[in-house]
Amino acid sequence: MGALQSLPGKPEYVDLAEKTGFSFEQIGILHNRFKQLSHNEETLLRDHFNDIPDLACNPIRLQIIEAFFDRRNFRQNGEGTVEEIGFKEFLVVMSHFKPPSLHMTQEQRESIRRDKLRFLFNMHDADNDGTITLEEYRHVVEELLSFSEALEKDTAKSIADAAMLEVASISMGHMEPDEFYEGITFEHFLKLLNGFEIESKMNIRFLNMDTTTLCK
Amino acid sequence: MAELRLARRSSFLPLTGLMCVLLLVFVSVASASRDVTRGDSHNQTNSTAHKKAFPVLSFNYEHVRKPFEISLWILLALLMKLGFHIIPGVQNIVPESCLLIGVGLLVGGIIKAIGEEAPVLDTKLFFLYLLPPIILDAGYFLPIRPFTENMGTILVFAVVGTLWNTFFIGGMIYGVCRIEGGQLASVDPLSCLLFGTIVSAVDPVAVLAVFEEIHINELLHILVFGESLLNDAVTVVLYHLFEEFTHAGTVTVVDAILGVVCFFVVSLGGILVGAIYGILGAFTSRFTSHTRVIEPLFVFLYSYMAYLSAEVFHLSGIMSLIACGVVMRPYVEANVSHKSYTTIKYFLKMWSSVSETLIFIFLGVSTVAGPHAWNWTFVIVTVVLCLVSRVLGVIGLTYIINKFRIVKLTKKDQFIVAYGGLRGAIAFSLGFLLTNSEMKNMFLTAIITVIFFTVIVQGMTIRPLVDLLAVKKKKESKRSINEEIHTQFLDHLLTGIEDICGHYGHHHWKDKLNRFNKAYVKKWLIAGERSTEPQLISFYNKMEMKQAMMLVESGSTAQLPTIVSSVSMQNIKPRGPARQRAIPSISKSREQEIRKILRANLQKTRQRLRSYSRHDLMIDPFEDNVSEVRFRRQRVEMERRMSHYLTVPANRQETPPVRKVCFESEHKVYTYDDSKSPRGWTAEPDPSPPDAVSLLNESSQRANQSSEHRAKHNDELRAKVPDEKEEQDQLKLSRCLSDPGPNKEEDLS
Repeated sequence: MGALQSLPGKPEYVDLAEKTGFSFEQIGILHNRFKQLSHNEETLLRDHFNDIPDLACNPIRLQIIEAFFDRRNFRQNGEGTVEEIGFKEFLVVMSHFKPPSLHMTQEQRESIRRDKLRFLFNMHDADNDGTITLEEYRHVVEELLSFSEALEKDTAKSIADAAMLEVASISMGHMEPDEFYEGITFEHFLKLLNGFEIESKMNIRFLNMDTTTLCK
Repeated sequence: MAELRLARRSSFLPLTGLMCVLLLVFVSVASASRDVTRGDSHNQTNSTAHKKAFPVLSFNYEHVRKPFEISLWILLALLMKLGFHIIPGVQNIVPESCLLIGVGLLVGGIIKAIGEEAPVLDTKLFFLYLLPPIILDAGYFLPIRPFTENMGTILVFAVVGTLWNTFFIGGMIYGVCRIEGGQLASVDPLSCLLFGTIVSAVDPVAVLAVFEEIHINELLHILVFGESLLNDAVTVVLYHLFEEFTHAGTVTVVDAILGVVCFFVVSLGGILVGAIYGILGAFTSRFTSHTRVIEPLFVFLYSYMAYLSAEVFHLSGIMSLIACGVVMRPYVEANVSHKSYTTIKYFLKMWSSVSETLIFIFLGVSTVAGPHAWNWTFVIVTVVLCLVSRVLGVIGLTYIINKFRIVKLTKKDQFIVAYGGLRGAIAFSLGFLLTNSEMKNMFLTAIITVIFFTVIVQGMTIRPLVDLLAVKKKKESKRSINEEIHTQFLDHLLTGIEDICGHYGHHHWKDKLNRFNKAYVKKWLIAGERSTEPQLISFYNKMEMKQAMMLVESGSTAQLPTIVSSVSMQNIKPRGPARQRAIPSISKSREQEIRKILRANLQKTRQRLRSYSRHDLMIDPFEDNVSEVRFRRQRVEMERRMSHYLTVPANRQETPPVRKVCFESEHKVYTYDDSKSPRGWTAEPDPSPPDAVSLLNESSQRANQSSEHRAKHNDELRAKVPDEKEEQDQLKLSRCLSDPGPNKEEDLS
């Protein structure tokens, strides 16, 4: 553990490293970034995120920011949102984007998949009721299309409807015409994105970042 | 089962008979051509003696000899290919490329036995006519996303891997030659390096031919295939370099540096040439809306010109062709009509298939025909070294690459990448170009042996090995709208996270490129409204188009499409807060009128809406009634209507939404019949309503609620009609009923 000596006086990193699986180096880099974003304060607010210029052209900016303040992503089985987060929560949310390591069993890979899909699910399920309703899904599609000039509300609606129909068909198979499909539960979500291989796609490279030079 | 085999055999026999006959015809014609020339000169002397009678029937083969022979060869090759697919069981054991080589050997043997001169795989023929279609097909349909995601890995394998192979093989061969002595002693190091260059490049044709059949997962496919495409630049540079050096005699450091510079010029220049032609092609396709018929030609010609232009300057033609296809494709596809797109796709597949078949057959024929100089040591050492260097190269490079990859390559992946490094016809053609004839025959023999070994042995065994190692296969599922939504969502999410981290990574630059593309490039290269269409919407359009085609086609072929699932739109629509009936009861006579009118217009309304939802395809009652003309007209109308709906702002309340309403109201009206007789409709002699409607009728007696759903749905579609007042519904009903035909209006007004 030579890295431990390079970061003297940071015993809390050990605890964080264990919890999130990051290396000390990565935690150090992320801590620097955290301090940069929060202007050296202890906690991050939503406004700090809004200050990031590159994020402004992202169509799903609001949902991403919300995801950081969503207690469900803090791995403590909490619910609801918070107004500000500390470095620990920041790191925990970031840890959802760690790639699976090379030597992993199938179960570990499976649990990482569930973890990442849970994160996505939480992002869609804004009102925290455990299902993604048609309205919420429509909202997702509208957000995705929000930066194109020719947005026809009906097109977004029909895309969301078609997508919802597909989920319903895959999950429920046969339904009576008067039955109502409440929304996408987490299990249905898993089934839907079964072939998506999210554990290889939803990853960020956390190495080799020198964030001090990339200040805004 | 016995009948099946008998049937197969009985179709097999005429086919082989036909092929034998063709072979004989070809061979006899080839020898007859010589007699004809002799015969002609004989006739000349005779004619001076006495006047010949007017020839009613004459034989003049020389006139059409060349095209005749070419056509015959191609026909023979394709019949062989056909034959392999008819014979049961062969396909699973032996890959097609091996069979074709076998056929080539057979044909070459026959020709040689007769004493004729066999056609050889002429280098010019190969590089200018046979190779471009295959590469264009590969480049045009290159899956861009996995290719760019793994670009680093592919480049490392292509450049560093090929360099390693070249120098390792060349060096070791030289060492072995020195040790062996004898015939091999005269081999100089540069020739060895040249030989190493030729034999070390992974061949795209062979890789495609073998990997197509084993359906391996996308990552491995793109790694091996991408490597085979991109190593062309390295091969070209090294080949010319060593060729020059062999003539010059001495090598200096300056030459080596120039070689490196040359590599960059060749590869980047090739890509630049290809990109320029690609942009030209895309720009041209913007204006072809009035002359749809020649659209595919533009794609083919611009790409071919890109290839030839690159070859003029000794740049990498393959990379130019790939760059042209990749750059052109998104814009051309947005501009051309659906028919042109299908034409392009099928012509490319057709040409590349023919080329591939011909290449393998010629390879077999040339093997038999060509001059050979067999040297046991040399050949065996070459084969062994090829394998060893490939394995070592892959293992070493993967070790380095895995440090930089997010998704690491496992040992299984490495094995497949190493085993899939097949050599093919490019190596053979390059060997043919060698000018140093003393070593040429020996080199050629060794190259041919390596090619045979990799294609036959490795090609045949890779499939059982893939099964044995349980390598992940390609997932067969179609792209669904959900996956597309989530792919886009994930892209934006990862870009956002990267921005939050402050890390300018892969996603950040991709996002920047996309925005640049949308803001500037698309405006120039895509015609009309499509230029501002977001990707999600164009994907959705494409899917709806496909589904509509399927619906119409299934309707015309009198085949009942199965109902995929009984989940339909009403199941997901949220129920309105008020559960009272929104539709007033209609009087019986009124109902009759409505029924009559709707029945007469059902043909038009049938196709209108249900294609928008994927999962309740309906049984078509009209399959026996629909004539060809009507069917075509309906299809055209539907196409037009669909594009009309999806690209025109939805505020227009007239035509498209009303048609939707119209269709919904059919259900509404029909459900009223429930009280009378659920099966009342089907008893009618006239065109009956879609069976799914009656299905709905049967299963739900609470028609009111479903009709109320429709009303709610109609409201939403009708853009901002929030409440369900009864008058509004009446209005809708009458308006919709008046829509289908102008002559119906007077009935209701």
